[in-house]
Amino acid sequence: MPTVGIKRDELFDALGRKYTEEEFDKLCFEFGVELDEVTSEKQQVAKEQGKEKAKGLSDDVIYKIDIPANRYDLLCLEGLVHSLRVFLKDITAPQFKLKEPENGVRQKLIVKPSTQQVRPVAVCAVLRNITITQQVYDSFIDLQDKLHQNIGRRRTLVSIGTHDLDTIQGPFVYDAQVPSDIKFVALNQTEEFTAPQLMELYKESHLKSYLPIIQDKEKYPIIYDSNGVVLSMPPIINGDHSKIKLSTKNIFIEITATDEKKANVTLDTIVSLFSYHCAEQFLIEPVDVEQVDGTVITTPKLPYRVEKVTAEYLNKKIGIEVTADVVADILTKMCLDSEVSDVQKGEITVTIPPTRSDILHTCDIVEDVAIAYGYDNIVRTLPRSATIGAQQLSMKLSERLRKEMAGSGFTEALTFSLCSYDDCGSKMGISEQVVQQTAVKISNPKTVEFQIVRTALVPGLLKTIASNRNMPLPLKLFEVQEVVVKDATKETGARNERHLSAVHYNKTPGFEVIHGLVDRLMQILEIKWSSKKPCPEGKYYYLEKTEDPSYFPGRCANIVACGKVIGKLGAIHPKVLSNFDLTCPVAAVEINLEHFY
Amino acid sequence: MPEENLQDALLKQVDECKEGFVDSNQLAASLNVDHQSIVGTIKSIQCFDGVIDAVLKSITKWELTQEGKQMAENGSYEYNLYNAIPDDGITQAELMKKVPNAKIGFSKAMSNRWLKVDKTSKPPVVKKQVENVKDEVKNLILMVQSGSMDVSDKSLNELKKRKIVQQTSLKSYTISKGPEFKLVLEKPETDLTSQMLHDDSWKSKTFKDYNFNSLGQILPSGHLHPLLKVRSAYRDIFLEMGFSEMPTNSFVESSFWNFDTLFQPQQHPARDAHDTFFLSDPATTEDFPADYVERVKNVHSHGGYGSQGYGYDWKIDEAQKNILRTHTTAVSARMLYKIAQEKPFKPVKFFSIDRVFRNETLDATHLAEFHQVEGVVADRSVTLADLMGILKEFFHKLGIDNLRFKPAYNPYTEPSMEIFGFHAGLNKWVEIGNSGVFRPEMLRPMGLPEDVNVIAWGLSVERPTMIKLGIDNIRDLCGHKIDLQMVYDSPICRMDM
Repeated sequence: MPTVGIKRDELFDALGRKYTEEEFDKLCFEFGVELDEVTSEKQQVAKEQGKEKAKGLSDDVIYKIDIPANRYDLLCLEGLVHSLRVFLKDITAPQFKLKEPENGVRQKLIVKPSTQQVRPVAVCAVLRNITITQQVYDSFIDLQDKLHQNIGRRRTLVSIGTHDLDTIQGPFVYDAQVPSDIKFVALNQTEEFTAPQLMELYKESHLKSYLPIIQDKEKYPIIYDSNGVVLSMPPIINGDHSKIKLSTKNIFIEITATDEKKANVTLDTIVSLFSYHCAEQFLIEPVDVEQVDGTVITTPKLPYRVEKVTAEYLNKKIGIEVTADVVADILTKMCLDSEVSDVQKGEITVTIPPTRSDILHTCDIVEDVAIAYGYDNIVRTLPRSATIGAQQLSMKLSERLRKEMAGSGFTEALTFSLCSYDDCGSKMGISEQVVQQTAVKISNPKTVEFQIVRTALVPGLLKTIASNRNMPLPLKLFEVQEVVVKDATKETGARNERHLSAVHYNKTPGFEVIHGLVDRLMQILEIKWSSKKPCPEGKYYYLEKTEDPSYFPGRCANIVACGKVIGKLGAIHPKVLSNFDLTCPVAAVEINLEHFY
Repeated sequence: MPEENLQDALLKQVDECKEGFVDSNQLAASLNVDHQSIVGTIKSIQCFDGVIDAVLKSITKWELTQEGKQMAENGSYEYNLYNAIPDDGITQAELMKKVPNAKIGFSKAMSNRWLKVDKTSKPPVVKKQVENVKDEVKNLILMVQSGSMDVSDKSLNELKKRKIVQQTSLKSYTISKGPEFKLVLEKPETDLTSQMLHDDSWKSKTFKDYNFNSLGQILPSGHLHPLLKVRSAYRDIFLEMGFSEMPTNSFVESSFWNFDTLFQPQQHPARDAHDTFFLSDPATTEDFPADYVERVKNVHSHGGYGSQGYGYDWKIDEAQKNILRTHTTAVSARMLYKIAQEKPFKPVKFFSIDRVFRNETLDATHLAEFHQVEGVVADRSVTLADLMGILKEFFHKLGIDNLRFKPAYNPYTEPSMEIFGFHAGLNKWVEIGNSGVFRPEMLRPMGLPEDVNVIAWGLSVERPTMIKLGIDNIRDLCGHKIDLQMVYDSPICRMDM
């Protein structure tokens, strides 16, 4: 969720009234944003870099406000203030319109074919006769940054360049060139660098995370004017020549992207929010973008869309009783111009402005009605259908077995499902090959602790003992949890398996305790012990000596129940004990519970 | 002498004494035992209320030190030195060799003016100054030794300074009969035995009182893990409310079911490698219902069902990537798809509580895996008001009655609400869950009828458990590094208290 930091006094000036912190918090909550933190530049720097660095910085109160991830129109002071003022019915929603240039000749951007391999989309617009104060400038830069991070996905999908139109000469060209051929004075630099030099220069700067977007491309995107002056090298850096200053009057905005829809939304958002500062408010000058195939698309599109909803539909979705008139009125509070278009049907025609790109469906209108109506005003009801509850058999069995295990004096551990190769492999005396064959592997773990999903519970229990060696002996631990194994017959290629495992840690292994526990488990699962050879068919079990690298030779047995090997028990091998830093012997059991439900 | 015999002897003496009391020191002397044994016997008799009265008194008394005892036998140093001087005198050096402790003797004899030093001869000689002397010091010592009271304090202090006598305090009890005096004591029983029940002897016996001022034994017990106790409590709540448990035994999930079916766009940050565990083996899932995939693809790229869609190029490759599920909503999606295929539609209430995985940077409140609780209700015309109502009931059972709903954003629910509960213990509003109405773009491609709405909510098990147990580092609650004592000591789980 993006957070915007806005100076409180500027915010209240723009809102035209003052609030206490509580009042503003309440307003935010009702509107669907969150006053996350109240701070100041000084406090922020002090917190992040220490008090020394904060000396002399501003004490002006800053409100940090959390904005829903799909509300790009609220990512700066201008947008937030507008929406809140409309919400408070101080003003009506602005109408954004295109206005052709005075001389009748639109600015033009020509897209070259070579861009299609790197960053195929470009859209543009012009804001005329804008007044830029320091506050507006800061907000403008901040909004671009927020859009880069959010809808732009850290500039991978969308990046923005804004320029002083009076310093450059159209038509503009959007091209992709061999990096060494690109040479210009980049923003806030004094000398010319080639593109490879710039990439080197920015390696340790705040721009470093964007470099990989084009680093390995054969050609880099570049925008220049009719005199060859470079406007920008998207998505990395603008040219210094055309940078915006407080004296700038006319702004040329170019947006390059890999996603056309997001490019348009970004452009619509910027021009809508900042056309507020134009001499003729809310008027935006269109630009022709000549596509590779020669066709011309004029941007921004500033789409107004119409959706029709009925009061009945809205009432049924929300669970309230309001008339079409009321709906139309409250939707207008959410910047959605609405009017009752059919009194008989209770139909409302809702106009969705270009700033509300989050509205994809009438269900989004439902939410706005609910918010404007007030969540607190909705009378809480209950679903009417009666349903019968039911448990998964696996959980039903697990819950009961867990209680029996505790009843037998064992304490429940709760270990992680993720572990390293070694935990389930070499430390257990099991070869890497076996782990490779059975375990699900994670491709992007941040640490070795998360290389695979565990295939057994015993290692986690041994690790738990290792961190509790100071506890009085004996330690008796258990877990009833799921492990994951690869299984080509399953849809995803893997399946969960529910296991029960228990360990006994003492001066001697206490195999007899674990053995007795198995007998007890079989008893409560109504499986009888049989000493007869061969074992009778049906619900009988017996132990069968086996060898396992995790266990001490001669001291490991399979548990064979109902004719199937369901698990293993024995004394853990001394090498395994030392791998887990254990100083006393351990007897262990691990059973696959899938056979029991 | 054994303890019981001492008791008997002591009681007998108290009974027979003419003065009405006996002194414990005298008793010790007459019984020829150590005084300390008598003190022990007094204490043990005092366990029987009112048998004897014993009053402690402390007597200070002077006695001779080791040096004093020698002096009592051999005379004082000054006296011996005086007697060692021949009539015609002796050099000081020689005199010093004649008797032990001559140095002290010399200075004492000098200050008594018993001696003089004749400096006229060379070297000077020591001569007697008086004809004869009495050994007063020895007399005093003998008086102290005999216990005489006639020695003046001044003299005693003088002797004390010379480390010839020392003061000791002597404790002694004056023992007399108590109101419940008896000659034979019967020892109270520590506890009932089966033998006493058998022969009815418990009726005539006295019993020691239990000590209620200490803790009892620590029992050897098994314990359930606190987080899983909370999980059980949540299961109980859902079952009480008529919800059915979903099968969540699938940690490995395809991106398709985890994200795409939920109308979560393929460029969504949650689908980043920074946030999600992708799998290298098994890396992909290819087995999806073909017609459903087509509908999902369409709704993402072009919309439909009244939606604009996201307008991007949806790729099957992205959907095929296997991950560790990031939420149990993947399972909810599968269940909703399943019920959509069953005609006619029947209303359902589902729940699940199970592990989910995030490729998080670990800290005090984040782990790579945690437990998600999820509730889902699918019904014709179920409303946002119903969602609020069922949340009210659900959280009431968790002991939270004061709820607030904040509008929020979630890619697959609309409307979406964050749930805040007033926590009386923390005295503030805390976010306790997320909720919403599933989007038509998610439900309609599954084949659910248009008037079927699905409301859902989710929360974690860890957070409420941490608040409940007052744990502020999640790593003290989950994983192998926990302190088992925490598990041993954790209370039964009563969320509504």
